[in-house]
Amino acid sequence: MTTASTNTPLPFIRSRALRRFLSHKLALVGLVMVLSLTVACFVGPHLLPYDELHIDLMARFASPGTGGHIFGTDPLGRDIAARLFHAGQISMAVGFAVMLIATSVGSVVGVVSGYYGGKVAAVLMRIVDAFLSFPSVFLLLALAAFIQPGPVMIALIISATSWMEVARIVESEVKSLRNQDFVQAAHMLGLSNRWIMFRELLPNAIGPIIVAATLTVARAILLEAYISFLGYGIQPPLPSWGNMLNGAQQYLASAPWLAIVPGVAITIAVTGFNFIGDGLRDAFDSRSDAL
Amino acid sequence: MLRYILSRLGQSLILLLIVSFIGFAVLTLAPGGPLSQFALSPGMTQEQIDKIATQMGLDRPVVVQYFDWLSHLVMGDWGISYRDGQSVLHVIASHLFATLLLMGTATVISVTLGSTIGIFSALKRGSSFDYAMTVFAMVALSIPTFWFGLIAIYIFSLNLGWLPAGNMYSVGDGSLLDYIRHLIMPAAVLALVDVAIWSRYMRTSTLTVINQDFVRTARAKGLTRRRVLLRHIVGNSLVPMITLAGLQLPMVLGGALVTETVFTWPGMGRLFLDSLGYSDYPVVMGLLMASAMLVLLGNLIADLTVALIDPRIRLD
Repeated sequence: MTTASTNTPLPFIRSRALRRFLSHKLALVGLVMVLSLTVACFVGPHLLPYDELHIDLMARFASPGTGGHIFGTDPLGRDIAARLFHAGQISMAVGFAVMLIATSVGSVVGVVSGYYGGKVAAVLMRIVDAFLSFPSVFLLLALAAFIQPGPVMIALIISATSWMEVARIVESEVKSLRNQDFVQAAHMLGLSNRWIMFRELLPNAIGPIIVAATLTVARAILLEAYISFLGYGIQPPLPSWGNMLNGAQQYLASAPWLAIVPGVAITIAVTGFNFIGDGLRDAFDSRSDAL
Repeated sequence: MLRYILSRLGQSLILLLIVSFIGFAVLTLAPGGPLSQFALSPGMTQEQIDKIATQMGLDRPVVVQYFDWLSHLVMGDWGISYRDGQSVLHVIASHLFATLLLMGTATVISVTLGSTIGIFSALKRGSSFDYAMTVFAMVALSIPTFWFGLIAIYIFSLNLGWLPAGNMYSVGDGSLLDYIRHLIMPAAVLALVDVAIWSRYMRTSTLTVINQDFVRTARAKGLTRRRVLLRHIVGNSLVPMITLAGLQLPMVLGGALVTETVFTWPGMGRLFLDSLGYSDYPVVMGLLMASAMLVLLGNLIADLTVALIDPRIRLD
């Protein structure tokens, strides 16, 4: 794109990265998907005639659109739309909590091993490799089966299987930065190791960290859905997108909406975050103009 | 080459040791612990639980327990299943084939389809086909595997009646065709995510190869486009994919677990869930270790294969 400098879209926006992001079609689609889903989940419950725990055994398996149930009802006659929106709040909260925890842990591990190198890095990065050797779902289920499952615990154990990517990314970024002049200068100023790591090096790796964090939200929502679907995640009556699908298989022939509705919500949310992540990657990657 | 094999083998062993430590820590230090299932039995007193703990050696220091467990593991003694008293290794081995069959078929599908998509995306970079495949890959990566399985069952089993909704074979039938009919849907569902990943990586890999000198040389020699594509480009783009196949193993194995549940496929994934349901600790622990070992072995084989094909790797 040789004409990029003369024919820049959105010239009124100063930041190059933000401009690139906003001219990335998929990223915008992702942003719209995530925002509309978020608005639906937080505003939706107030507009519906039923709340998510209201059981109506006379209205079991109502098909979508009947009796004021836009997405139908479940085997207990609860309104699926109300449950879906509440589940969305919980699933997305878990997603963001995992993003915060996993990104923090991963960043610390990554910056420490990237900065010190040598034996410290060897040990830390082997631990990263070892965690990556377990299929996440196996490790998650093993952890989830032996703890009291609540949203907080679920977020913690999903984080325990999600921090390694960030650690790897930060480690390689920091390793490539640590011999640069500004780090040497910081050393000569007598700044502490901790200051150099977290105030000088880490901010320079912020681009890849934000990308990884966005993709972690997508991954966490998926993983929560997996373990809740299998019955080891968020426990009913608290709804989550995953546990709404738990048990949907046996009613697949008679009430397919039980399976379809939450699955579509999960797919929209995860696709949205993945699109945003992809857009951010292109926005932060200065080489993307050349390709 | 020998030096490379030995150093790579050493790395795998060290990783295996850390893996065993994590696996042991997860199941031993988790609240509840191995005794929780006994505590649930009616009429169980604390004294009896303590007695069981002594019998199982659970009153010893954790470090001693770990090394005891590890030495048994190395000797091939993986413990006895609480559920049916069979040896854990035997239980796992009897479920291994079904999982490998499912994963193998899915991998064949995803490698063929994914590489083809990737190559054509790279050759027609920037085209609407390339763009459509990018979007397809990202959506495919975002669909929960089990949900895709449910939808596939809804369409192809319940509505169209083309394929069976679950199990590995029909009772009373055991023909090859019957196996294949049962295999198609779970394998295709499991392959979806991998097709997406493979097509993306193959696209990148092909783009790298296309711009290299030997491709230009081959064209300059007067070879046809088709011949250059098949002999020079595809072959060289596939080499990094071998490493990728190894790295993808944990994901495929995790996907297999979920897929097996939806399709009641009698593999390691179903065994894992059933064992969790019964708090069958030794089997859960064994499966956790076996899955990680399978992954490490897969990575090792992938790396050695690449080293065998590409002499540049083993020189450094």
